[in-house]
Amino acid sequence: MSGVTTLLLAMAVPLAGALLIALSHGRPNQREAVTLVTAGVMFGLVASLVPEVLAGGRPATQPWSILPGLELRFTLEPLGMLFALVASSLWIVNSMYSIGYMRSNDEPRQTSFYVFFAVALAATLGIAFAGNLFTLFLFYELLTLSTYPLVVHKQNAEALRAGRTYLLLLIGSSIVFFLPAIVWVSWTAGTTTFTLGGVVSDVMTPDETGWLLALFAIGIGKAAIMPMHRWLPVAMVAPTPVSALLHAVAVVKAGVFSIVKITVYVIGVENLARVGSGDWLLYVAGTTVIVASLIALTQDNLKRRLAYSTVSQLSYVVLAAAILTPTSVIAAALHIAAHAFGKITLFFAAGSIYTAAHKTEVSELDGIGRRMPWTMGAFAVGALSMVGVPPAAGFTSKWYLASAALAAGQHFALAVIVLSTLLNAAYFVPIVYAAFLKPEPASGHGHAHGEAPWPMVLALVTTAAGTMLLFLVPNLPLALARQLAGLS
Amino acid sequence: MIAAHLPALQVVIPLLAAPICAMLRRGSHAWAWTMVVSWAMPVIAFAILLQVLEGGTISYWLGSWEPPWGIEYRIDTVNAFVLVLVSVIGAVVMPYARASLEREMPADRQVWYYTMYLLCLAGLLGMAATGDAFNVFVFMEIASLSSYVLIALGRDRRALVAAYQYLIVGTIGATFYVIGVGFLYVMTGTLNIADLAERLPLVENQRPVLIALTFLIVGLSLKLALFPLHFWLPGAYAYAPSVATAFLAASATKVAIYLILRFFFTVFGGSYPLAGLGVPLVWIALSLAAIVLPSITAIYEKDVKRMLALSSVAQIGYITLGIGLLSEAGLTGSIVHLLNHGLMKGALFLLVGGIAYSKGAVTVDRIAGMARRMPLTFAGFVVAGLSMVGVPGTVGFVSKWYLVLAAIERGWWWLAILVVASSVLSLVYMGRLVEASYFRPSAPDSTDDQEMPRSMLASAWVLVAACVYFGLDTDLTVRVAAQAARTLLGTP
Amino acid sequence: MVDAIAHFSNWATVILMVIGLYVVLARGNLIKKLVGLSIFQTSVYLHYIGPGKIVGGTAPIIAEGFTVYSNPLPHVLILTAIVVGVATLALGLALVVLIHEAYGTIEEDEVLGREDDS
Repeated sequence: MSGVTTLLLAMAVPLAGALLIALSHGRPNQREAVTLVTAGVMFGLVASLVPEVLAGGRPATQPWSILPGLELRFTLEPLGMLFALVASSLWIVNSMYSIGYMRSNDEPRQTSFYVFFAVALAATLGIAFAGNLFTLFLFYELLTLSTYPLVVHKQNAEALRAGRTYLLLLIGSSIVFFLPAIVWVSWTAGTTTFTLGGVVSDVMTPDETGWLLALFAIGIGKAAIMPMHRWLPVAMVAPTPVSALLHAVAVVKAGVFSIVKITVYVIGVENLARVGSGDWLLYVAGTTVIVASLIALTQDNLKRRLAYSTVSQLSYVVLAAAILTPTSVIAAALHIAAHAFGKITLFFAAGSIYTAAHKTEVSELDGIGRRMPWTMGAFAVGALSMVGVPPAAGFTSKWYLASAALAAGQHFALAVIVLSTLLNAAYFVPIVYAAFLKPEPASGHGHAHGEAPWPMVLALVTTAAGTMLLFLVPNLPLALARQLAGLS
Repeated sequence: MIAAHLPALQVVIPLLAAPICAMLRRGSHAWAWTMVVSWAMPVIAFAILLQVLEGGTISYWLGSWEPPWGIEYRIDTVNAFVLVLVSVIGAVVMPYARASLEREMPADRQVWYYTMYLLCLAGLLGMAATGDAFNVFVFMEIASLSSYVLIALGRDRRALVAAYQYLIVGTIGATFYVIGVGFLYVMTGTLNIADLAERLPLVENQRPVLIALTFLIVGLSLKLALFPLHFWLPGAYAYAPSVATAFLAASATKVAIYLILRFFFTVFGGSYPLAGLGVPLVWIALSLAAIVLPSITAIYEKDVKRMLALSSVAQIGYITLGIGLLSEAGLTGSIVHLLNHGLMKGALFLLVGGIAYSKGAVTVDRIAGMARRMPLTFAGFVVAGLSMVGVPGTVGFVSKWYLVLAAIERGWWWLAILVVASSVLSLVYMGRLVEASYFRPSAPDSTDDQEMPRSMLASAWVLVAACVYFGLDTDLTVRVAAQAARTLLGTP
Repeated sequence: MVDAIAHFSNWATVILMVIGLYVVLARGNLIKKLVGLSIFQTSVYLHYIGPGKIVGGTAPIIAEGFTVYSNPLPHVLILTAIVVGVATLALGLALVVLIHEAYGTIEEDEVLGREDDS
């Protein structure tokens, strides 16, 4: 199969899967088997594209044109490849985890849960493979719309309120800022196709370039740069598998992925460094990192603490991109992958605690590590990755980020990195400490429990192992990231 | 042979079909007759559009009297497009009409409904086809008088009041129009639109011409429900029979907008004297008010039909906004939105009519949880609603793209941002409906809701599908709209 | 001054127009509104016919001894407009009858008041 066919097929598979899942309504075993098979096939297809990209191939296709200048266009390039690999591999693990979670918690409306999950993954791949701004925008909106039913899954007043914030902030910001930015690029540059080095360097003044970057940075609400981050904590009302894959990986990464992609392929790294009107992004992202970490410190609800940690970690990626050197672009790409594996592990652990022990607050976790050693062990690995300590993947990306900041003489960025590392440690280490070293409260845990069901434990151990593996053998993501930065 | 007479046939067939329909005794016979006639209309309209696209403007002399003495039907890309729009909507709603009217009115009234419907169709098509300014008035009154009856046939007694108010406002609007035409006639001695366009420059800037312009704008603005002259519209749309609402919302105001286009650009020649008088700025300001204020009201509206009617006022604001920008991109956006809004609002009103089929009045509270029992209805609602918001892949996106482009061309950033920001308002009120119907628990008395009959669902879904199809394949719609815009601006 | 008197037909038009519009807007009785609407429409008839009439002119029939003709077109147009006006009035009155049956009143404020109750 040619690269183009594989690429289109990879996006079609989850859609077909969604249809089959819907048809399997009322037959849980068949439904979940279809989900797993779909995830497996999709990953296989995505993985089969890797050699071509590594060899320098950039398969592109333009299957449809809506208006002149508004084409549906897909191009495979290293960053999209990396994002697609991360999302599709984690979907397999996450599906396994979902099965355990949804069954043991007796969640209602499971069929529609799996259907929208599959559609969301199709949208994620669409974002990863988008070849121009319009296609990116199309799938960006599709991703918001397909995850909305997952956020309001519980259908109680709190979930509906969360859903409103979610839709309004994400669609609102994208329509009000992202769309005009796209029209602007299309009007001045005459094209929105992603081109290495950017398309606007010759046609926009430095000031205009700065404004354009601002429109993109605010308009891409999924990147959760403050003050557009409010949707992420409220989205935690969704079932944990949704928080894990979508709100720690697919949706939020789609946001930072779009920002990195736009910096590299629309505005152009060198162009932006030359005109120097993008410096403010560095400060906004840096502030977000610190403020979000400070808020995370005050959260007692485990999922909300993780959500604010996500806000802070996402801005690492933006911060890295905003340093505007090849090394920093590598750091941004690596951190997309590293944070994905680490954060999904943490969410898996949170869901596993909720399922087995019915606990949601950090203050209730004393001594739980002895009852759930695998879960809390994996949690510890994820936490290490967030802080950036070996042997976890977070170390690698942070290393690149720090060296990029040093080389560029960005003392602000360096200070942010150091400070936020301390803060990360401050809100993760106590959890691990309490879980393993503090005694259980005298009143006991209410009821005797052990580990969560095995599919969940297997899933979280897998992602924890993945986090360490990414540290030990970072060859593939590193190779892709170096290609992106033009260093291969 | 027949091909040469298509412009006349387009108008005469429904006009003559109406009295025949009135003589039929049974609702089903009247329906079958109307069905045949209304489906012939798009065939003729498309044939005319093809002729115009290939051979340029058609000039048809009614009774072979040479213009400007005789009445001329003059059809270029602009009104060929409007003919297609009106006749297609008129045909698509017909399968829906039967089951819907069976439920909403007794059999003897159905015959009258179809008769008036044919007259209304004839009037709207006539307004679009004719090239004579006074003839426009005659057709306008045919369309208006019949639409007052259509509205009054609604099953709620408030329909009568709405029809009466519409009659008063509509008559004032039409009379203003005719006063304006009278001034033009006094100044130029002609009523033929093409002839007017040639003779007006000879008397330009004389006071009667400006007064004529004022009367024309106010009169037509009443007809097209430009803010703040829209007060008659929500009541009329909310209480009319469901199928009449869908038809009128999708077509009647659009024809009035076509007349505005015709007078602004063909007769008064684009920038003269509009730009000098500051007309475009006032026009844009009113359009923006139309987009924002009724949308905010819609957010708090409980009655779903009224909510959609208010949203129509807002959508008309988008269309008039593009006109006020006086550029090719703006006009293309406006003209394509004539069709696009017709498709999506037609679909929404048909779907709401389907809910009303089992529920009577439709309020936000009463549709709670209904999506589970009426999945097809509400799936259509979601798609058409997304189109209202302007999500890419739907027709709403295409229109908005051109409007934003036109604003950016002008360098009016604030306008571009306002246009897109206003779609967030539609997100809020459409989102309310989707949230209530899908994610809220059902009201206790609603467990026996059912989907509307298949014939109604089919009509609605044709329009829903068109919302997506023309959002993805814009070759036909945008190409024709862009050509129409160039025709109006007189650029090649 | 002479000019203003010479245009007396225009004055009549304007005065009728304003009276008509005023009645439509200011009266709450549904029938009186229709009366106002008819007066308003009548003013338009004058608006067309006034300029079409030439002092001393006759109907445009070619005959010995007549050289000045009035323009027949406005008369014909207004014939149409009168028909339209009659139809509008008839339909309006029919609606008022139905409103009276449904609400038991033809005062606008009472009709609207009863809607709020129901």
